[in-house]
Amino acid sequence: MAEIEVEIKNRLGLHLRAAATLVKITALFKSDIFLKKDEDEVNGKSIMGIMTLAAAQGTKIIIKAVGVDEKEALEKIKEIVDNKFGEGQ
Amino acid sequence: MRKVYKGIAVSSGVVIGRALVLPDQEMLVIKKVVSEDKITEEVIRFNAALEKTRVEIKAMHSKVKKEIGGKHSNIFEAHLMILGDPMLTTDVEKHIKSEKLSAESVFSRSVNNLVESFEKIEDEYLKERANDVRDIGRRVFKNLTGSTRETLADIKEEVILFARDLSPSDTVTMKREKVKGFCTDLGGKTSHTAIIARALEIPAVVGVQNISQNVSDGDLVVVDGSLGVIIVNPNEEDLKHYNRKREDLIKQNAKLSKLRELPAETLDGYKIELSANIEIEDEAKLVVKHGAIGVGLFRTEFLFLNRLDLPNEEEQFASYFRAAEFLYPNSVIIRTLDLGGDKFLSHLGLSKEENPFLGLRAIRLCLARPELFKPQLRAILRASELKNVKIMFPMISGIEEFLKAKEMLEQAKNDLRKEKKSFDNEIDLGVMIEIPSASLTADILAKEVDFFSIGSNDLIQYTLAIDRVNTNMAHMYNPLHPSILRQLKRIVTSAHKEGKWVGMCGEMASDTAFSALLIGLGIDELSTAPVAVPEVKKVLRSITMSEAKKIAAEALSFRTLDEVKLYMNTVNKGSCKYCK
Repeated sequence: MAEIEVEIKNRLGLHLRAAATLVKITALFKSDIFLKKDEDEVNGKSIMGIMTLAAAQGTKIIIKAVGVDEKEALEKIKEIVDNKFGEGQ
Repeated sequence: MRKVYKGIAVSSGVVIGRALVLPDQEMLVIKKVVSEDKITEEVIRFNAALEKTRVEIKAMHSKVKKEIGGKHSNIFEAHLMILGDPMLTTDVEKHIKSEKLSAESVFSRSVNNLVESFEKIEDEYLKERANDVRDIGRRVFKNLTGSTRETLADIKEEVILFARDLSPSDTVTMKREKVKGFCTDLGGKTSHTAIIARALEIPAVVGVQNISQNVSDGDLVVVDGSLGVIIVNPNEEDLKHYNRKREDLIKQNAKLSKLRELPAETLDGYKIELSANIEIEDEAKLVVKHGAIGVGLFRTEFLFLNRLDLPNEEEQFASYFRAAEFLYPNSVIIRTLDLGGDKFLSHLGLSKEENPFLGLRAIRLCLARPELFKPQLRAILRASELKNVKIMFPMISGIEEFLKAKEMLEQAKNDLRKEKKSFDNEIDLGVMIEIPSASLTADILAKEVDFFSIGSNDLIQYTLAIDRVNTNMAHMYNPLHPSILRQLKRIVTSAHKEGKWVGMCGEMASDTAFSALLIGLGIDELSTAPVAVPEVKKVLRSITMSEAKKIAAEALSFRTLDEVKLYMNTVNKGSCKYCK
């Protein structure tokens, strides 16, 4: 198992579009991926789950990956989060 | 036993009939353990139910798209997305295997958890997704259990529909000609059920607590959509009363429908442009049916509600064009998006505002979000091909905002020209006058625009600083306040001086107690709810312009609201709800 903490930096937070972008990435990996905000943990391959976190800009989220490609998965996820999901703001 | 309930009246009319109750399919979490050797079977059964649901949704999608058009069918794409979500698919499968529970147990728990998490969220938009999840959950659950809930698509007899709430997929699939009324536990004036009921012109009462649990299939019920009253198991007296009321309404409608072909013209020959307000293009039929000349206000918000994404240009174009084509050669005034700060569009990432009515709404939002505004402007322009469409910007506070909006429109025109797409190059541009700063600078605005349309509801609210839904203050909300009458006069004078016309599309225009006053003040066009058109027309045809002018002059001469009320009460022989 590998885990990292990321901060949501894009202005809109983990809303529909960002959640959809994230899921497109997580779906590429074989590992199980989980997102955790405070006590809530959701499936990182589920748009619905990610949306229920209602993570606004500035929220810190723990991302956990379990599986053969866990390291690569986390790297890629961190990249897309830091890149503000390609939203530019 | 006879019982009377009260709710919010959202669509007028009276209907007496048999109830059909849509069971509230809250899925009960029953923990049912399955033996080891049955688990594979359980998983297969679950996946089959998912697949069956997927096929159903797709079939519904294409059926609706064909019959009603793209706008209503979009919700299904969102539903397919939810249906494919791992939280409701692979996660469920995993738990069936690991906990050795039945598919129903795990699935209902997952749906309920997901619904709960959505409901907890403060964000209005995300909160609404709970309904979509519940809707999908019910469908899958039905296919799992094989329960035979009567589908709305094949209702055999005429019914009055009772439900906790009606979802878009309910109202879209139901057999419309068999449904004679709606009644729901939840909802308000602007909810989906209310809008659909008005478009279908069937009586509806919403927000009636627990009504769906207090009525049974086949109960005789009376629904009074004008007063918001529901009577379950009415007695002889009720039936007599409501049968009479129904007959009166039918007679009255028949009488009023004779007015359909007649012009909205005063006894001394002044023609008033009488048009109607609509929310969805299907209502264009009602505009004709009630004898209005075109649409004075096409609200465009409906297209943006109840969905996960934004409607694209094509979809908007189809909606606008259909209305314009249907009503050709009469004109259709399309108002650009008037969405409030905290509602509906929080998936655009709008932050919560302390005072949404003074916040980022309507044209302010559109100017701040070109990605929202541009496609709409392009869609409206393309829909203007037949040259009977006009554009109107809401919540304009002054000339700068208008010019900015106009500039964006010009850009859109340029783009369309480059793409060789046709539109009306001379399309008329108007503004809503609903903020006092616009009304105070009407003389400046009048030089730039083609027409004004007075949004009386907001103009009154902003002028008097009264929130009309605030029960402590609502009694002070009054269209007859001297400050309002003076503004109306001023707006009309400024416009006419520049040769521009003035309409009114707020509720004040639908109130027959004000018809004479308004035309006396010089208002050229009245745009009302479709059902109000015949009544207003009747009044206009019974007065002379010189009387109307006298009434307006007299009303303007008073110092206090009470004096205006007293005077208008006499003019209306007591039938004026704002004169009490």
